[in-house]
Amino acid sequence: MNTATNMLNHFTTLPISPRLAKNIRRNFKERIIELILMLAALSAVFTTFAIVAILLYESFGFFKTVSLIEFFTGTQWTPLFEDAHYGIMPLVAGTLTTSFVALAVAVPIGTITAIYLSEFASHKVREIAKPILELLVGVPTIAFGYFALLFVTPLLQKIYPGLPGFNMLSAGLVMGVMIVPYIASVAEDAMRAVPMSMREGSYAMGATRFQTAIRVVTPAATSGIVAAYILAISRAVGETMVVAVAAGQQPKLTFDPTEGAATITAYIVQVAMGDLPHASIGYQSIFAAGLVLFALTLCFNILGHIARKKYREQY
Amino acid sequence: MVNTSTPLKAESKDLNFFYANGHQALKSVNMPLYENKITALIGPSGCGKSTFLRCFNRMHDLYPGNKYEGGIVMHPDNTNVLAAGVDPIEVRMRISMVFQKPNPFPKTIFENVAYGLHVRDEKNKRVIADKVEEALKGAALWDEVKDRLNDLAFNLSGGQQQRLCIARALATDPEIMLFDEPTSALDPIATANIEELMSELKNKLTILVVTHNMQQAARVSDYTAYMYLGELMEYGDTDTIFTRPTRRETEDYITGKFG
Repeated sequence: MNTATNMLNHFTTLPISPRLAKNIRRNFKERIIELILMLAALSAVFTTFAIVAILLYESFGFFKTVSLIEFFTGTQWTPLFEDAHYGIMPLVAGTLTTSFVALAVAVPIGTITAIYLSEFASHKVREIAKPILELLVGVPTIAFGYFALLFVTPLLQKIYPGLPGFNMLSAGLVMGVMIVPYIASVAEDAMRAVPMSMREGSYAMGATRFQTAIRVVTPAATSGIVAAYILAISRAVGETMVVAVAAGQQPKLTFDPTEGAATITAYIVQVAMGDLPHASIGYQSIFAAGLVLFALTLCFNILGHIARKKYREQY
Repeated sequence: MVNTSTPLKAESKDLNFFYANGHQALKSVNMPLYENKITALIGPSGCGKSTFLRCFNRMHDLYPGNKYEGGIVMHPDNTNVLAAGVDPIEVRMRISMVFQKPNPFPKTIFENVAYGLHVRDEKNKRVIADKVEEALKGAALWDEVKDRLNDLAFNLSGGQQQRLCIARALATDPEIMLFDEPTSALDPIATANIEELMSELKNKLTILVVTHNMQQAARVSDYTAYMYLGELMEYGDTDTIFTRPTRRETEDYITGKFG
């Protein structure tokens, strides 16, 4: 307020019309609003930087004890044992395997759902189906975790009698179902955004509805569909509860989904739930693991960004 | 008034059209379409000329609730394209369309032109390549794109894109080609190119064109129909319509007093 009065005082020495004075007040108000908006926007940026800074800081302590070579080439991850090993690869393998299973489920089902909802479903069906689908997003992930552990795993064990109680297959499958609405919803929006004139062009050539959907609408919406996949990958890589509950807590270097193995997130949960002293190597190890998770997600996001740019809509 | 020595390609018979909201957009339209001639539809916005054009290839079927009454009969086989038993896809195989705004597909130049052939299940690569070349030549685009057939169609200029859309429609040898204000999004030079092209195309097929541009109608068409409020007010050969219209409304519209 002080600045405002100062500003006004400064200007009142000049002969100004009341209208101009009002303009000055208004400009000042605009400035304040702009500042508030900018601070709101910066808060998210600042939080991100703070997270990265803490991850880096704590990991730095970790890497003083553990060499990068051991971290990336070691095949055992046992930071809490007497005989400690610090190879991150088993956790990365667990994360990639569960994510791969999840995407193998979610990408086809999600894409087909999006094509159906956007191109085939009547207005009525879409109005009902889409909210229901999006309701799946609201189910707490812990519920999906126990669904995998207590329902899907026993079901799978009937097919594969040798399947262990904790396994990445069941966790991945359920996680895939969980991700379907993300893909379906984002991809459907992208397809609906394809201008009607493009569809009309296809129909006018004598194309059927299916040919139009597959040959014209889907390629036109590629950028949005890729964005949906990227969102799904980030979701799968970062998912915690389902894998912590259903895939097991044992770090194991394997890409076989029928085995149980811990993921990066599952390890972080496991350690964070115990009470480790600050600055201990075990405590620091979760930051190192978190940093790897962050780097992994970042990589996928950058890849996705490149892919989106390549397939940018140009209509 | 109307030339009878030219064979009829199609005619609309007592055509009524109702949009899903119940609005009657066409009222008992009777109009001939002569073979290898260009017929222009003119009239103020909302008069039903685009609605009428889009009846020919059943575009209204894409939106639920629209209703046709009466018929559009194709000659010489006397097929009523609006009949319930006629598959709109069959109709669109015979009657192709060029839209107001160029609407190429997100594909290469080649694939855009080959689209109609793919849709018709043509598998022979040789046949497709020949047809694409022929269509691009027919649309006066071949010389400009022959070295970059695998470029994305979006990289072409607006006028080139519209000629690509004409090539796309041409590649499947349609009997009738519908043009819905084909030059309204183009600059004067591109417009002149399209008009010249239309005059050449009529040697191969029959053209029905909607236009807001009086000069265009006068320049390119052989016959002109003036529509107003869903009714066909006047139809005749273009010279007569533009020099000695029989109805006062037509004259007012053409001279710019109204519309």
